[in-house]
Amino acid sequence: MDKTANHKAWFFVLPVLMLVAFNAIIPLMTVVNYSVQETFGDNNFFWAGVLWFEEVLRSERFHASLGRQLFFTFSILAIEVPLGVAIALAMPRKGIWVSVCLVLMAMPLLIPWNVVGAIWNIFALPNIGLLGQMLNGLGIDYNFTRQPGDAWFTLITMDVWHWTSLVVLLAYAGLASIPEAYYQAAKIDGASSWAIFRYIQLPKMKRVLTIAVLLRFMDSFNIYTEPFVLTGGGPGNSTTLLSIDLVKVALGQFDLGPAAAMSLIYFLVILLLSWVFYTLMMRGEEQ
Amino acid sequence: MAKIKLSHLRHSYVTDPSTDEDWALKRLDLEWDDGGAYALLGPSGCGKTTLLNIISGLLVPTEGSILFDDEDVSHLPPEQRHIAQVFQFPVVYDTMTVFDNLAFPLRNRKIAEDVVRTRVEEVADMIDLTDRLDRRASGLTADGKQKISLGRGLVRTDVNAVLFDEPLTVIDPHLKFQLRSKLKELHQRIALTMIYVTHDQTEALTFADKVVVMNMGEVVQIGTPVELFENPQHTFVGHFIGSPGMNVLPCRFSRGMASIDGTKIPVANKVKGDLKDAEIGIRPEFVSFAAKGLDAKVVKVSDTGRFSIVEAECAAGKVKLLVGEGDDIPSENAKLSFDAANTRIYTDGWLAGSDRA
Repeated sequence: MDKTANHKAWFFVLPVLMLVAFNAIIPLMTVVNYSVQETFGDNNFFWAGVLWFEEVLRSERFHASLGRQLFFTFSILAIEVPLGVAIALAMPRKGIWVSVCLVLMAMPLLIPWNVVGAIWNIFALPNIGLLGQMLNGLGIDYNFTRQPGDAWFTLITMDVWHWTSLVVLLAYAGLASIPEAYYQAAKIDGASSWAIFRYIQLPKMKRVLTIAVLLRFMDSFNIYTEPFVLTGGGPGNSTTLLSIDLVKVALGQFDLGPAAAMSLIYFLVILLLSWVFYTLMMRGEEQ
Repeated sequence: MAKIKLSHLRHSYVTDPSTDEDWALKRLDLEWDDGGAYALLGPSGCGKTTLLNIISGLLVPTEGSILFDDEDVSHLPPEQRHIAQVFQFPVVYDTMTVFDNLAFPLRNRKIAEDVVRTRVEEVADMIDLTDRLDRRASGLTADGKQKISLGRGLVRTDVNAVLFDEPLTVIDPHLKFQLRSKLKELHQRIALTMIYVTHDQTEALTFADKVVVMNMGEVVQIGTPVELFENPQHTFVGHFIGSPGMNVLPCRFSRGMASIDGTKIPVANKVKGDLKDAEIGIRPEFVSFAAKGLDAKVVKVSDTGRFSIVEAECAAGKVKLLVGEGDDIPSENAKLSFDAANTRIYTDGWLAGSDRA
């Protein structure tokens, strides 16, 4: 049978095309446009080729922020994923406590990001904050506004507090989808609780955990608001993550070309790493 | 291998059972002989799965005890009872190969790897999975997965009994027969006690030497398929087994005689005196049209091929009967005759004169 050609169909997808064009393609193309040009103000642009890309890739400042960013992202992943799974395993499966736990878990996710930053900023202030004062009271010299180590500790603790719930909720959904018969069969097969976790719970959580890792990876790689409010990138540049650095370049120094090149590299790094994560976690899934 | 005995067993899922309905199992005394093939047959919600889970140890009964060879195991966990169970939906460990799945129960029990290998190969041969041992278990079809579930039970040498909880639910119809024959063959080969839960009478009757019919948390009758068909102890059994099921007709019973609308009906079980709530039970196979008998009017005829199922309306209600191919079905003034040797009187549901009535 011949395919019927009906060009009217294009008409129906047009609105979606327009929408995608306006919110993704056109802004991205502007960035691409900036990244290959030099401007001296007054809207005069000159062709610069790959100059900015070379500059950014060679820049030590960029390497340093990228390193900090990778350290931050892998630290929070290494904490949030195992911790989230552990909490999900410990949560009750039935009864009224289920809803209590779920609501408690969802709470941090509902708080606006800049509020999270503000809460932790005040909470951790060494002279007036509850956490800061307590740590100092215990004899620990803690000051996140002065000492880079303390700033990192606070930053990572804040992100764990804010986002572990997401992993918990996803892992819990994965666990809830395991039929009772699996646990019964495992009991009859004499499986230990470790074997149950390793061969039943973990494989059944694999898909949701992949989603959790990808979401947490992308989100934490893009993180801006909370560290900006908490430390502003300091002390010095010690907690200046990629996005904070980017904003400094683009809006602080108004270097549109380098900032655009940096944005594109930033985007490609996220794309590449997401693909690596996805491929690794989905390995052996296709049969 | 062991004889399984259930004594004074009761179970309730509510914490404070007070009314009759609170009990999922109402009171059970049962013995399963070593090496028998049993079926637990009953409609959904009659307590058969509850009973099965009590035997395997997944549930602890509210009252009563379970004895394996006179040893009380009521409070032993499943892994110490040496029971294998196959569930309604196939359970396989997705990330493992078929071989590792079958080896799993043995490895959990810290059995030497060379013994594991020989056992697994033996069992794989029994259930026809030898050629798929290296495959990932998640890639198998439903019947393959169900075979793995069964294999994980058979691989252990210490198994007292294999329990099946409606194992063919997700199997394609044309494979059901194959898998059932396989089970039957395995039973003959290894003579393990097998208890098979189902709501499908064909499955129960073809698989089991003895069928336990359950209804509303009680055992209604235990017997061979033939006994259940020919001599139902309860109208429920008569109705549930056979297709179409037994006709149950309310009747008068006084001075040892049953009658419907004045027509006397001779019955096989002799009971003296009067009975309240008396009912006549007769299978459609034993009802026929005759020159004299109970007045009836034919209301429906369904042709099934070799015979027709005729529905006739008499004074006591609808009666189904089987009429052979080519036999006449009277359109007016039909009279029904009941074969006396296969007509029984029931009271309160139970066979009149039996110890339960």
